[in-house]
This record gives sequence, C-alpha cells and structure tokens, in this order.
Amino acid sequence: MEATGAEIVVRCLAEEGVEFVFGYPGGAVLNIYDEIFKQNKFKHVLVRHEQAAVHAADAYARATGRVGVALVTSGPGATNAVTGIATAYMDSIPIVVVTGQVPTPAIGLDAFQEVDTVGITRPCVKHNFLVKDVKDLAETMKKAFIIAATGRPGPVVVDVPKDITYHTTEFEYPATVEMRSYNPVVKGHTGQLKRAVQMLLEAKRPMIYAGGGVVLGDASGQLVELARLLGFPVTNTLMGLGGYPATDRQNLGMLGMHGTYEANMAMQHCDVLLAVGARFDDRVIGNPGHFAREERRIIHVDIDPSSISKRVKVDVPIVGDVRNVLGEMLSLIKQAKEKPEAAALNAWWTQIELWRSKNCLKYNKQSPIIKPQYVVEKLWEVTKGDAFVTSDVGQHQMWAAQYYKFDQPRRWINSGGLGTMGVGLPYAMGVQLAHPEAQVACITGESSIQMNIQELSTCKQYRIPVKVVMLNNRYMGMVRQWQEFFYGSRYAESYMESLPDFVKLAESYGHIGMRIDKPEDVEAALKEAFSPALKERLVFMDFQTDQTENVFPMVEGGKGLSEMILAEEL
Amino acid sequence: MSTRHIISLLMENESGALSRVAGLFSARAYNIESLTVAPTEDATMSRMTIVTVGSEDVIEQITKQLNKLVDVVKVMDLTEGRHIERELMLVKVKAVGSGREEMKRTADIFRGRIIDVTDSTYTIELTGTGSKLDAFLEAIDPAFIIETVRTGASGIGRGERSLKV
Repeated sequence: MEATGAEIVVRCLAEEGVEFVFGYPGGAVLNIYDEIFKQNKFKHVLVRHEQAAVHAADAYARATGRVGVALVTSGPGATNAVTGIATAYMDSIPIVVVTGQVPTPAIGLDAFQEVDTVGITRPCVKHNFLVKDVKDLAETMKKAFIIAATGRPGPVVVDVPKDITYHTTEFEYPATVEMRSYNPVVKGHTGQLKRAVQMLLEAKRPMIYAGGGVVLGDASGQLVELARLLGFPVTNTLMGLGGYPATDRQNLGMLGMHGTYEANMAMQHCDVLLAVGARFDDRVIGNPGHFAREERRIIHVDIDPSSISKRVKVDVPIVGDVRNVLGEMLSLIKQAKEKPEAAALNAWWTQIELWRSKNCLKYNKQSPIIKPQYVVEKLWEVTKGDAFVTSDVGQHQMWAAQYYKFDQPRRWINSGGLGTMGVGLPYAMGVQLAHPEAQVACITGESSIQMNIQELSTCKQYRIPVKVVMLNNRYMGMVRQWQEFFYGSRYAESYMESLPDFVKLAESYGHIGMRIDKPEDVEAALKEAFSPALKERLVFMDFQTDQTENVFPMVEGGKGLSEMILAEEL
Repeated sequence: MSTRHIISLLMENESGALSRVAGLFSARAYNIESLTVAPTEDATMSRMTIVTVGSEDVIEQITKQLNKLVDVVKVMDLTEGRHIERELMLVKVKAVGSGREEMKRTADIFRGRIIDVTDSTYTIELTGTGSKLDAFLEAIDPAFIIETVRTGASGIGRGERSLKV
C-alpha cells in the first residue's frame, strides 16, 4: 500500500515499539504531526523548548536502555536540539532525532527556517542522514535505530525535507538492514582474554575501574560476579555509578577530580588495572603524565577501539561488548587452577582500608545552615536508596554523585561528558514517563534549573510528578569554587542575583513549592514530598544551603590523581 | 616522533561522506597534507587517499577514528607496508627564446610530457612521488612558472597487498 513520507515516519516509529516521542511542531514537520494526530501507537510529549525534547528522549534511553526519540522542526528547531544531541553524543546515549527540513528544491536557497542540519550536527552525532527520496525513508529510519543502539551507542539524526513527507511510496519496514561499512565488534579476542585473565590472577594490588559502558552495556551483573569472585576493589566513574553497588564493601566510591581518597589512591597505586567501559578521561585520571609515574599493567575492555590507548597506553586491549567480554573472563577465571594470592590481596585491602579510614566525605553535620551534602544524604534515606536521580551540572551534581549511594544501574542520570546545565528537569521528565511508578528526584541548583525551567509547564500538562531538590546557594557553585581556589576569590559573574520566588513560581505552574531554610526541616520536607499524599504531584523544594560549601576531595586540573585537596586540609 | 603516512580508505559513495572525513580531521586537530577522492570501479564506493603527518599514537587514533565513521568501509595505512605513491602535476611555464628548448629538456629528464603548447608557453604533465614533483619545480627557474596544479598523492600497495571489500 502506498504511504506518504509522513505516514512512513510515524509507522516506522510504531514498528520500533517507540513509547514516547518528545517534540515540538513547526512548519517543516506539520505533515508528520498530522499523522501523529491520527495514530495511537505512541504518545507525543510536547515540550516547551526543543533542547528539552532531546534531553527527555536521552533520559528515557538512559533509564530504560531503549532508543529515545525526539522530533523537531527545521531551522531553529534543529539548532535548539543541538545541545541535547551533543549531550547524548558525549555520553554515548542511543537516541534518534527526526528533524524537519525545508523542501528539497528549496535546500541551499536560504529558505525560511533553513539550516544545514546534517552539517551542524555532524561533529556531535554517531551518524546522520538527509533523506532525499521517499523510497529511502523506511530503510533510513531502520538504519538510524540500528546505528543508535548497537556498538558504542549514540545519537542519530534523520533530516526529512518537507516534500518527502508528502511524497508517496510503497511502505515496507525492513526487519533489518545490512551495512557493509558498519559491523561493530562484539566478541573479545580469545588470546587477549587469556592474557587478561592471567594478569588478573597474578595481581597483587588489583583494581577494577568501571565506567558508563558497564551501565550502557547492561553488564552490571557480570561485573559484580567478577569482582566478588576475585575479591578485587572496584571504583565507578561518574557515568558508571550504580554499575557496581555503592553500598558494597568492595566499592571504593567514585574516582576522579571529585572522587574519594581511597578510590584515587588505589587507582594510582594498583599493579594491575582492569578498565571496563571507561575512557581514562581528563576528569578521571587527571594528568596522564603523573598517572604514568607509577608502574601498573592495564587491561582495557571497550566496545570502541578508538577509546583504547587514546589518553593512556594499555597493555592488553580488548575490543568487544563489555557484557560479553566480562562473561568470557568469568568462565576463564572459573576454569583456572590459580587463584589470586590471598596474602597479597589482604595486604592491599589493609592499605585500602587505611585510605578509606580518612573518611574523606565527612562534613560538618552540626552546621546551623543547611549543608548540601546533608540534603542528598537525607534524600537517599527518605527514598530508601531506590529513587531515580537526575542532576544538572555543577557542585550539586558532584554531591549527588558522592552522597546518593546507587546500588543499581540506570538510576543515576546526568550529563557527564558535555556537562550540560539545564538537563536535570527534562531528564527527570523522561525518566518519570519511562517509569511512572518510580520515585524520581531531580537534584539541581538555582542556576542550572533556570536553564530549562519552562519545562515545569510540560510537567503540568502531562502530570509528571517529579520531585525537584534544588540546592540553592545563590551562586553558580562550581564556578564560585574555582574562583575561590584559583582566582583569588574574585567572584566574577558567578552570583545569581534577582532570583525568583521559586515557591510561587512552582505554584504558578500548578505545582507544590516548598522553601526549606533550616537543617532540622530538611527530612520532614523530603518525607512530605515523597509521601503517598503527594505521589501525583510535582514538588519543588528550594533548600537554602550554605553559600560557601565546596566539593571535596578535589584534584586540581593538571594535577595527579593522588594529589587531592581534602576538606580537612583547609 | 612525527612521520608521514599515506592512509587509503574505501567509503560509501554518499553525499556528505567527504565532509565527514574532512570534519574528523579538523575536529580532532589532525594534519592533512593532501586528500584525494574519486569513485572506484564499483560506483557505490569511493576511494580516498589521505597524506598526514603524526606520531605513532596520533596515526593509530586517526585510523581508529576513520574506521569508526559509519560510511567508511575499510581503512589501510599504506606506509605500513611496501607501496607505490604517485601524484600528478600540471605546470604552465613561460617558454620563449632560449628558455623554450631548455624547458623541454628539463621536462624530458623528469619524464614530463608537454600537453599544451602556445608560442610563449608550455603546459607540462608530470607524474611521480611528491618529492620528484618538488625536484622538478626546483630544477626550473621559478620566474618561468605561471601556474601549477597538483592532485595530491594516490597510493596503492605493492604485490598482492590490496584494499578491497
């Protein structure tokens, strides 16, 4: 049967089992919206700004493991989406973004709402397509979903000119599409696997460094089994939180610029390092020269060959799907006659416990002003560690990462790579829609939240009952912290003046607003917000926190991992 | 230590494919000395030759990043093995008076061919490695050069070594 391009787009999305399309209509996509109007296979969520549409689709993908979908119009619709696309790209999140485009005869003529979308998005997508013939549309949509979800995942943009949406062709959705140029490696090299296992069994001071790839690759179960079988310590990156349970004794917490003392010290001083789905980025290992000063052998498992030996030379590279490779390693370890040397491992753990006893995350609990760390700790208690937590970017993000102990993967949703302020609220929307029964908290700051605060309106329309936990210190906290440390406390433009009354603001959108000024009121406010009585409501909590609190430990830019500034040293 | 590498690749002959490669090099601050591209005997595929300079680590990243591009079918670093490299140059020179005969002789020495003639100019076609073309330009009086155009290097493996799908 003949179908128009618009029908094809909509039917492809339905065939893919898409639940939600986050979008915003406009001239170039009106035909597609008309088809959306006529169908009931998926739900369209109307955001208030295209950036939020992409963030929400991205969060849906992070929280479910499925491909998120956004739909925006040409020109400004597409450019507004770019920040969302780049955010997903940096964190390897599978999304498909359908963008409208001016009709093909108008392309290149500076038509109304025309931009070169494939050109603008090229550096921040895994791949993109401009559909020039309606006959290619269904196959292109299939390719987009395959490319987004397989290998190292990432965003794919499909740019659809308006005339394509009313041209017609025979519609048949292919079950799969072969691409001779695209065949991600899944299985690890057997020889390398054997070498890696040998190395692990010989380790005296082992360390497992697990990144976002463990979460994205659904390899958490394998990682836990491997670490427990070997008795090795584990650290998670910011993107990997929840990949190994935070409350497990073998977990040393997050590593990196604001990582724990024990994780960073163990990372620096281990003799065998197993890096899984992580990429040794600048916020994780600090200065690579300093990192290289200690001798250690490194095994690096990643699905993306270009992640291996990019910043740090490794001894055993293993390209493959993390879940698959860890599974293979597990069976080799189980077959092996050797076991890790118990005495050496015990001595290593004694050293680690000594580092851990520094208790590097302690803070003043007697403060008469609300400490941001305290709010996050209480949130963890009140939600019984079982919430989905999204964050924006800055100090509150680091406190969320440090003090909310994630025991499961896909619970911690944040912009790790691009560091996009404003993701928190749209992320929470995407997560809550994916998991309507779950507790969803958005930990944010008064600066970040204002970058996408218009989405309170979307939350009202779709009754999305997220709980906004705003740590309001009246500063762009992380900027202020750097200015205090490195710019002689000259707080250039980092003070947020003329803040709205957030309680009234939330109320004006039809939500519940709370302002909390004293530490003794923190727990009660959180309990009320997460109480069954308010289960259906968005609650916006404005916690007035200590203006001068800083995030510790801290590794300054350019310094080595073991050169941390600890809170107690100041 | 930086060395010169010739990277050959096969890619889908799609619009925008070239810009993905060029964009990759600029986004990641890799060098491009030259880049040539044309369709192959299989019209759905283009072959590209990129001459670049970089340390071993950088070259490794370049080949990995190229392989990662969805449109790229296959990548080979020709300089890793025995290979042949050729570049075509067209040079328009002044050819008057005693210089006219001298110019023809120099072209002959470099196995160049004169492919266009006027009473005051020659257009010479030369093929060879980049350094041979450089040598020719050094051998003639720069004052006689009106215009040069070079294609950039193309390369192919020696013997059985080939880049094929």
